[in-house]
Amino acid sequence: MSAAVAEKVILGKTLAIDADGNLANLTDWDEEIANELAKEEGIDSLSEKHWQVINYMRKVYTDTGDAPSIRKLTKESGVDTKELYALFPKGPAKKAARIAGLPKPKGCI
Amino acid sequence: MEAQLKNLVILGAGTAGTMMLNKLHNALDLSEWKLTIVDNEKSHYYQPGFLFIPFGVYTESDVVKPKEKFFPEGIKMINSGIWKVIPEYNKVHLESGITLDYDILIIATGSRIAPEETEGLTGKLWKKDIFDFYTLDGALALAEKFSKWDGGKLVINITEMPIKCPVAPLEFAFLADAFFEERGIREKVHIQYVTPLAEAFTKHKCSEVLGHFLEDKGIELVSEFNTGRIDNDEKKLISWDEREIEFDLLVTVPTNKGADYIETSGLGDELNFVPTDKHTLQSVASKNIFVIGDAANIPASKAGSVAHFESEILTENILNFINARPLAARFDGHANCFIESGRGKAFLIDFNYDVEPMPGNFPMAHVGPFSLLKETRMNHLGKLMFRWAYWNVLLKGKELPIGPHMSLKGKILDDIYKSDDFITDEQQITKLSGGI
Repeated sequence: MSAAVAEKVILGKTLAIDADGNLANLTDWDEEIANELAKEEGIDSLSEKHWQVINYMRKVYTDTGDAPSIRKLTKESGVDTKELYALFPKGPAKKAARIAGLPKPKGCI
Repeated sequence: MEAQLKNLVILGAGTAGTMMLNKLHNALDLSEWKLTIVDNEKSHYYQPGFLFIPFGVYTESDVVKPKEKFFPEGIKMINSGIWKVIPEYNKVHLESGITLDYDILIIATGSRIAPEETEGLTGKLWKKDIFDFYTLDGALALAEKFSKWDGGKLVINITEMPIKCPVAPLEFAFLADAFFEERGIREKVHIQYVTPLAEAFTKHKCSEVLGHFLEDKGIELVSEFNTGRIDNDEKKLISWDEREIEFDLLVTVPTNKGADYIETSGLGDELNFVPTDKHTLQSVASKNIFVIGDAANIPASKAGSVAHFESEILTENILNFINARPLAARFDGHANCFIESGRGKAFLIDFNYDVEPMPGNFPMAHVGPFSLLKETRMNHLGKLMFRWAYWNVLLKGKELPIGPHMSLKGKILDDIYKSDDFITDEQQITKLSGGI
């Protein structure tokens, strides 16, 4: 959960958005919303590998309260660094978190 | 007698550990507590000074002093590496073979650069055409290189976040611009600033101002570049998504990691930083283990100023813990950083977990003498004076006239951050007296 600063309409639903442009409420998310968020990131369709990463991220977030960093992803998601960048170009941790309906990972301060 | 004393052990005698040692020496009843500090180094390094070494401003003697000079009387210093902490038994095993028992443990072993994490970084070009400036050796080797270098492609690269002192690479870029201009070869030096971030800095408000500065100084910003490997033959950085950047001279800020014993002890995250409560500074793993400074995984800057503000909070919470009171002191993420911008000027930024850097005056509203988010000569003098304050005030655990919590006094709570739009001090005062 993070503070809502704006709203946006996806698939006819009005959703609260945080300062980083990510969904503010975990419960607003579903697989259809994820597909739409992926398109905004330039990913036309989500493959099985994409879902492996997204599901892993949601699990870590539920367990720890923070989205995993790229290093944690590499170590534990079963998808290596190179492939993560191919799946989510430029910023895998940040992009995958956004598509997974999670706040931006806290890692970079 | 000694067998009855309780043990407080501090791991690491750098900025954070030394400050805690001095503060606790004053705050604890020494007829009840024995203080022990462990470090494998005998020298204390003034790390903010490393930045100036490549440009010939500081030499080694400006940034190194014996650690013991900053320790209070009657404490025990052990010069050894640390092998393993065993929280279940309240024990620390040292590399020297000694085992220490503790009632309270403070982890203050900071972060280190780990160039070995990136393929090709420590290859044949390491310390020949690839340098770091986060170690004394790296900074000295780069000074030597710079004194003879006649220009080419200079690439400043942050490998991955988080890093110690996130403003230092930017300062390095600004100082390099001024340095090569002074040497009369600026037009022969192409400077690129290559970062995994989406913009110049971790704080957006600050990036707007500093990004603008990069542009003015002719420094090219390459963002969202995640370094995957270094090609030593072709002299290229290659990102994980196969973008390439050529260099003649690479100044790298390698991956930062916590100490190795953190991993051995099972106390760290994937980069050996210790999961820590960001407000109380108690470790997640154990109630009697506390963490201060760069060693913690908290979402604050890895900077000396953060360690300083934390030291006041942690001293209070250690006393609370000893007296079985709730850990009521709460760290707010306060950071305060001078940013050298070259040619005798600097910025100053002040922020915390919740509030981004804002313009205004610091530390006193209306008076300053320092200006926030604005380039001034006074800020530069402040940065230089800070070295004196570090050795003589800060490390010894004495107070500076800045409290641990960030203050909104003197700050302009507005959205005016671009340097072109800056208002004068008088206007700021008028605005402030208008009710903020």
